Amino acid sequence: MEKFTTFTGIVVPLDMANVDTDQILPKQFMKRVQREGYGEVLFHHHRFDQAGQVVDTFVLNHPRYGGASILLARENFGSGSSREHAPWALMDYGFRVLIAPSFADIFKNNCLQNGLLPIALSSELVDEWFKRVTSQPGYTITVDLANQTLTGSDGFACYFAVDPHRKHCFLNGLDDIGLTLEHEEQIAAYEKAHTKPWQAGAPEVHS
Amino acid sequence: MPTLLDKIWKSHVVRPGNGQPDLLYIDRHLVHEVTSPQAFEGLRKAGRKVRRPELTFAVCDHVVSTENRDRPLADAIAEEQLTAMETNAAATKITYFGQTDPHQGVIHVTMPELGLILPGQVVVAGDSHTATHGALGALAFGVGTSEVEHVLATQTLPQDRPRSLALHVEGELPKGCGAKDLILRAIGQLGTAGGTGCAVEYLGPAIRGLTMEGRLTVCNMSIECGAKSGMIAPDETLYAWLQGRPYAPSGSDWQQALVYWQSLPSDKGARYDREETVELSGLEPLTTWGTNPGQVAPVSGTAPDPAAMADPDQAKEAAQALEFMDLRPGQALSQVPIDWVFIGSCTNGRLEDLTEAAAVLRGRKVAPGIIALVVPGSMQVKAQAEAAGLDRVFTQAGCQWRLPGCSMCLAMNPDVLPAGARCASTSNRNFKHRQGQGGRTHLCSPATAAASAVKGRLSDPREFM
Ligand code: SF4
Repeated sequence: MEKFTTFTGIVVPLDMANVDTDQILPKQFMKRVQREGYGEVLFHHHRFDQAGQVVDTFVLNHPRYGGASILLARENFGSGSSREHAPWALMDYGFRVLIAPSFADIFKNNCLQNGLLPIALSSELVDEWFKRVTSQPGYTITVDLANQTLTGSDGFACYFAVDPHRKHCFLNGLDDIGLTLEHEEQIAAYEKAHTKPWQAGAPEVHS
Repeated sequence: MPTLLDKIWKSHVVRPGNGQPDLLYIDRHLVHEVTSPQAFEGLRKAGRKVRRPELTFAVCDHVVSTENRDRPLADAIAEEQLTAMETNAAATKITYFGQTDPHQGVIHVTMPELGLILPGQVVVAGDSHTATHGALGALAFGVGTSEVEHVLATQTLPQDRPRSLALHVEGELPKGCGAKDLILRAIGQLGTAGGTGCAVEYLGPAIRGLTMEGRLTVCNMSIECGAKSGMIAPDETLYAWLQGRPYAPSGSDWQQALVYWQSLPSDKGARYDREETVELSGLEPLTTWGTNPGQVAPVSGTAPDPAAMADPDQAKEAAQALEFMDLRPGQALSQVPIDWVFIGSCTNGRLEDLTEAAAVLRGRKVAPGIIALVVPGSMQVKAQAEAAGLDRVFTQAGCQWRLPGCSMCLAMNPDVLPAGARCASTSNRNFKHRQGQGGRTHLCSPATAAASAVKGRLSDPREFM
């Protein structure tokens, strides 16, 4: 995982609630066996019509939000299917930060595993950012993870909450598996104490 | 006074997080062909090994054809996924139930059926409907591909403890209603994000009264109200169902396990972080009218009028959903003509579901022009249904009797709902385009789907009972 300290990017406002992972990355594009290349089909049903033509009205297609790397959205972002292809697609497209009033559990976890930072703010604050982003072309936000602040290009700023463990992992680019394997001894001890087939022992097949 | 969740959690902490997530041991890890290739790829790239291959079980279900088991698959990328699954399982010595294995089936149907999932265990899979297995008194939840990789490498996961939500189901299931109607009612009430961050424990006599198959249906849809998992405490119904299954403990192991399992149910007076009540009196067979599983109404009722909704966001969402579904506010749902019927999936692809649908279809015909797929959830369900003659009931009624797989639940295989077509479906998600680009989905019970097939429009099954 790449280190995340401070980051500045153009913000795109996606004014939709309950955006599910089927919308973020339609399932017909899940048929790959690698992690890369999903950016081009991100929000496919929104970005392109059935004939494959670009839908000009969809916000990601507005030229003024070209090169956006921070996505501003509404509540319960990322609901539905657990597919990790959704964060892969968001990252492959260029997003590093998501801001919304709330995120679906699995999706949020998937983002954190991949170095995509989900920031939950109150609805009032999200409203405020929406107003600023939509009224000022080229609007950017600077995310300072160490100090847990967001600062807009017009100077508007706010604090955000983040889990201390996640913050540590993001700041240092730590990968979860490596962290866990530091506790190999404890894992082995647990296994030694739970060998029955109805616990962590191997199940036996009878018939 | 610990809850079922507390007890399972406590017994699986390898290393307490002390403010950070606890490191939790994973007893059973289930894998399918769509969400796993990148996890195995990651493992290989990092030079890591599968720590406990004997605790991971893999199956193919999402992309397989339900018409035949030919190779290569028609879709080249699906074939690539299937091949990757086979290669990865063989290379890492994981048990894999392939296309023609007698244990092949939808992951959440076949794994419990084999006795692989046991009370008190922690079960994960790279699939959001993993909560299904909570019906066996296990803590089961869906994870993403990075976590699949993490479990493969370490057999553990760092996890924050979910909040416990006691969902008291009051009253009895009225005639004509089943587990599917019960859970649709609960989701309708809680909303699609109402259970976010929670492990739901389903409680009450109506839950106790459900068969194991009904309980699996209920827990399966926990994720549709946003919950991380859904669970039901183990009891005699479960033990009777579990005993003698191929991978279930036997002999003295069974006796010892039983003693442990009997200690698992939440203690009297256990404290939950949240409690909610769902009332079953007055429940009628339900169907969804919108594009999320919480947008639900009685089949005998009407599509709602967004203008009459107090909450402007809800009204906006409802209006958009109705537009996509091509329904008018106030339209009688029983007047809505359908084109397709899908009976199957990890929600309703078990023997009891097929029996329920067959009871409606026996001696009747599917309405002209309706395409009805009946897809058993597993090879075992298929064999049992055929032994009971259900396949003939379905084919004589004009349905297609297929091979096990996820099929039109999410249409990653050739079973795709055409654009503009409307389907009465026993699956779990009515999201836009899920069953096919431009397709419209009405979720319902197997009985309602069967009744709708006969009538050619959404239909209350009670008139066939
Ligand atoms: S049947 Fe549907 S919900 Fe169940 S595992 Fe398959 S695709 Fe997922």
